[in-house]
Amino acid sequence: MTTPAPTQTLDLAARFPGSVTPDEREGYDGWIVAKEKLISFAQVVRDEFGYDYLSSLTGVDYLPEGKMEVVYHVYKTTGGPGLIFKVQVPRQDPIEVPSLMPVYPGADLQEREAWDLLGIKFIGHPDLRRVLMWEGFEGHPLRKDWQEAFFEEEAKPFKSRWPDGQFTMAEDRTPLGDNVAFPAGFDPKKARFDPETALYESLRQYDKEETGLETDHMLVNMGPHHPSTHGVFRMAVILDGETIVSLKPVMGYLHRNHEKIGERNTFLMNMPYTDRLDYLSSMSNNFGYALTVEKLMGVKPPERAEYIRVIMAELTRIANHVWAIGFLLNDLGAYFTPMLYGVEERELILDIFEAVSGSRMMCNYFRFGGVARDLPEGTLEKIHGIAFDRLPRKIDELERLLAENEIVRTRSIGQGVLSAEDAIRYSAAGPLLRASGIPYDVRRAEPYGIYDRFEFDVAVRYNGDIYDRMMIRFDEVRQSIRIIQQAVKDLPGGPITAMKPVYQVRVPAGEAYGRVEGPKGELGYYVISTGKSTPWRYHIRAPSFINLTAFGPMCTGLKIADVVGVLGSIDIVLGEVDR
Amino acid sequence: MDDMYGKGILKGLGVTLKHFWETYLDDAVWLVRRVTKGERRYLSLEGVAHRSSKDARGIFTVQYPEEKLLIPEEFRYIPFLVYDEGPNGEKTMRCTSCGICSRVCPPQCIWIVRSADPATGRPIPDPFEFQIDADVCMNCGLCAEYCPFDAIKMDHDYEMASTSRTVFNKEQLAKPASYYEAIRPINAAQENAARAAKEAARAAAE
Amino acid sequence: MDSKELNSPGYDVPPELQGQVAITTLDRIYNWGRAASVWPMMFGLACCAIEMICTAASRFDTARFGMEIMRPSPRQSDLMIVSGTVTKKMIPIIVRLYNQMPEPKYVLAMGACASGGGPFKEGYNVVPGVDRFIPVDVYIPGCPPTPQALLNGLIKLQEKIKGQSIKGARWYTKGPDEVEIPIPILGPDLIDPRKIDQIKQISKTAKKAEAQP
Ligand code: SF4
Ligand code: SF4
Ligand code: SF4
Repeated sequence: MTTPAPTQTLDLAARFPGSVTPDEREGYDGWIVAKEKLISFAQVVRDEFGYDYLSSLTGVDYLPEGKMEVVYHVYKTTGGPGLIFKVQVPRQDPIEVPSLMPVYPGADLQEREAWDLLGIKFIGHPDLRRVLMWEGFEGHPLRKDWQEAFFEEEAKPFKSRWPDGQFTMAEDRTPLGDNVAFPAGFDPKKARFDPETALYESLRQYDKEETGLETDHMLVNMGPHHPSTHGVFRMAVILDGETIVSLKPVMGYLHRNHEKIGERNTFLMNMPYTDRLDYLSSMSNNFGYALTVEKLMGVKPPERAEYIRVIMAELTRIANHVWAIGFLLNDLGAYFTPMLYGVEERELILDIFEAVSGSRMMCNYFRFGGVARDLPEGTLEKIHGIAFDRLPRKIDELERLLAENEIVRTRSIGQGVLSAEDAIRYSAAGPLLRASGIPYDVRRAEPYGIYDRFEFDVAVRYNGDIYDRMMIRFDEVRQSIRIIQQAVKDLPGGPITAMKPVYQVRVPAGEAYGRVEGPKGELGYYVISTGKSTPWRYHIRAPSFINLTAFGPMCTGLKIADVVGVLGSIDIVLGEVDR
Repeated sequence: MDDMYGKGILKGLGVTLKHFWETYLDDAVWLVRRVTKGERRYLSLEGVAHRSSKDARGIFTVQYPEEKLLIPEEFRYIPFLVYDEGPNGEKTMRCTSCGICSRVCPPQCIWIVRSADPATGRPIPDPFEFQIDADVCMNCGLCAEYCPFDAIKMDHDYEMASTSRTVFNKEQLAKPASYYEAIRPINAAQENAARAAKEAARAAAE
Repeated sequence: MDSKELNSPGYDVPPELQGQVAITTLDRIYNWGRAASVWPMMFGLACCAIEMICTAASRFDTARFGMEIMRPSPRQSDLMIVSGTVTKKMIPIIVRLYNQMPEPKYVLAMGACASGGGPFKEGYNVVPGVDRFIPVDVYIPGCPPTPQALLNGLIKLQEKIKGQSIKGARWYTKGPDEVEIPIPILGPDLIDPRKIDQIKQISKTAKKAEAQP
């Protein structure tokens, strides 16, 4: 859980008299920075105070106050609590805020997202295009006054469901029978549509080498339907022969409007939705969200629940990593064998999830102040058997299969290198960051739950190439097994929830940023409550999404065939990239 | 690459070879079990349980539809409504149309019409219509978790592929309490005990 | 279909020939071949795709149904498993892929999202069911359908294939042999080309309504 540095310890207001003030709203924390001073403030924070890692950047629409706010969460990669600062601007178009790209290049995709969904223009951003919706889409959907075609009410539960819930399809309520709405006076026959040009133009902005030869570069699109992209991800690439000179990730093909729906849902309703973020590791997603809301509510789960949470989160990590290793090898051309071996182990873990939570993938198992139900009979033995007996054996076997294979080594060693400095600059997280030599793990840097009680090492490797990113997953699986072994041994009895199960929790007003070390990296939730039944703002810092910031730079200069391996080694899940 | 090129590949191939042989090895082990204990490896419950255990080796496949995975008690798919059967076969829905499930449902796919007493116009605790859009339902189980009357529960039946969209109405959703007790014995026993205790407490109070 | 069923076309086989000859109808043998070699497209959209991959992996193993060959190219596939949320940004590509598949082609909507919008139906970027644009043969509810539920759907599809006849098949009748579906356009919102006139009409009246307060 994050405990931001108490405002008093750093006297930033004295440093920037008049332009930096502490945020004194009830339940809020951090600093409010005047937008003129934002860049110099960020520079000071990074260079003098050592907050070198931009974790999350997002916008909040305070419609009633007529303000738009951009919230930044920065951390030190040496560990410790973070620092929050905010910029407030009047809510009149054009809403303009200076871009933090010069200080934190990891702001790239996050600023584009804030522009896309909230319409905040970041001045100085080199490539401010829409990122999740397509270019040409009408409106900025996360604004509070923007409504979609299927809009029913501001907040759930909808009144039409009970007591007079005559079933109607949402389709029957819109004139076209589709989930679409058009601006008044729109004439589809006359309009011209052009969602791609801006992308191709930005793609062509790279340093051309003058060779004196009459050569032309070639534009290739990989995806969104491509077997290597792990879903509906698209890469637009410019090639010089087979060498990549410019690459842009294109996403949004699975943008399911998590945040908009999440701001309409009650706090509890969001729990099953978080399952569908990174759908390979739903337990971890639950964990992060539960932590964040618990922080707002000020409840602490009982001991037994804490242990169960840790066991589940670590099992999730193992399930995710064996899958990721399998698919990386699949991308590298090993076809299915490693993947099938990985999936077997994952299936056994999913059986445990199914037994405790009822579903293999969409666990919906965490509740505020605990977990949904206790471990059923026999499950602990199953976890015990897997963690003490089977998994250590099987992980060694998988490593024997892959680690020394000469083909794997030639294809992955020294490819797609991300240096330690770049990894921090681009806000890379999780295995991607640690394989580049930065031993940064939220479980250690800022322990949440009961992670401070377990003995484990933060896995770290130093070359930052595909091979290290594969091997670090083996290391992490081993550490996770260690944690599970300790947790299973110490698992205490007692209740599994600190509160009476209620479906409508009371969440005091305020903001909270909770983060966990998910299998893909640092997963953060930024939740603002106004004391009502639904969150005012519900933002997810998705590690897969932000890890892609480094993808383009990592691939420049590689052969096109290796890009697939680099992408596989980042291990993205589209549900989380696009949300 | 240091000492012998190809050593790593051979080592890996050894792993796959081992996997290959393990199936036949286990077949032999099971042959003995079959003779001594009468347990079969395929098309039997103990075989499926073995293949889902930590000792599974070699072949891992569960041959649906001939074999099916064992379903844990908590498994959830689409919800259903529980009714109690009277001695003469009359059905009483447990649902009182209190609306909590439809309020807690995250994608709002439960639609309830409450019935009213025709004489007084006052609501009576019995749903007139109860519909669930199965193609919106996210199988989250919150409705079953928060229903105060144990009236809506998560089903185990997952074989519901059809050739059209699925919206269930009250008749399709209703299933007897005996079915519920069959698929979730532990939960049902706990709930029945809790209800009996409550009734007893109420009776004692009166 | 086992061989017994395949070989009982409804003709009386003289006792002395039983077990010696096999008689079947063309439809049966043709459908038997088709149903046992449905090649799905390697095409995953969202969470359901993970369960689809698990179905193809060793525990459930679609190879037992002749479906293990997932083709990345639509030109080589018979079945499109729409496994996940269909978004507006993705639907033009899905329709294009569908158009590129050769006949006979089938579509299986896996999961709540593909069948009817699913939990994200209310979202601004979500298409409420893939059947808004392409014809769907089998719907599987569930979020996500477990691998066994998907296999159940695939068996249902096989049944459907077995019930078809060469005589009535769409792809052998005269006329245009492909059902081309116009590809949706990404404008200010998703534009279905089949509804262009309606859209124009509606946005015109919307303007009028705005003009008179
Ligand atoms: S099913 Fe339960 S929660 Fe839903 S209306 Fe009926 S009694 Fe209330
Ligand atoms: S399982 Fe969840 S989504 Fe489905 S009806 Fe119940 S509450 Fe709604
Ligand atoms: S139906 Fe459920 S599991 Fe499948 S894609 Fe939709 S949200 Fe994901």
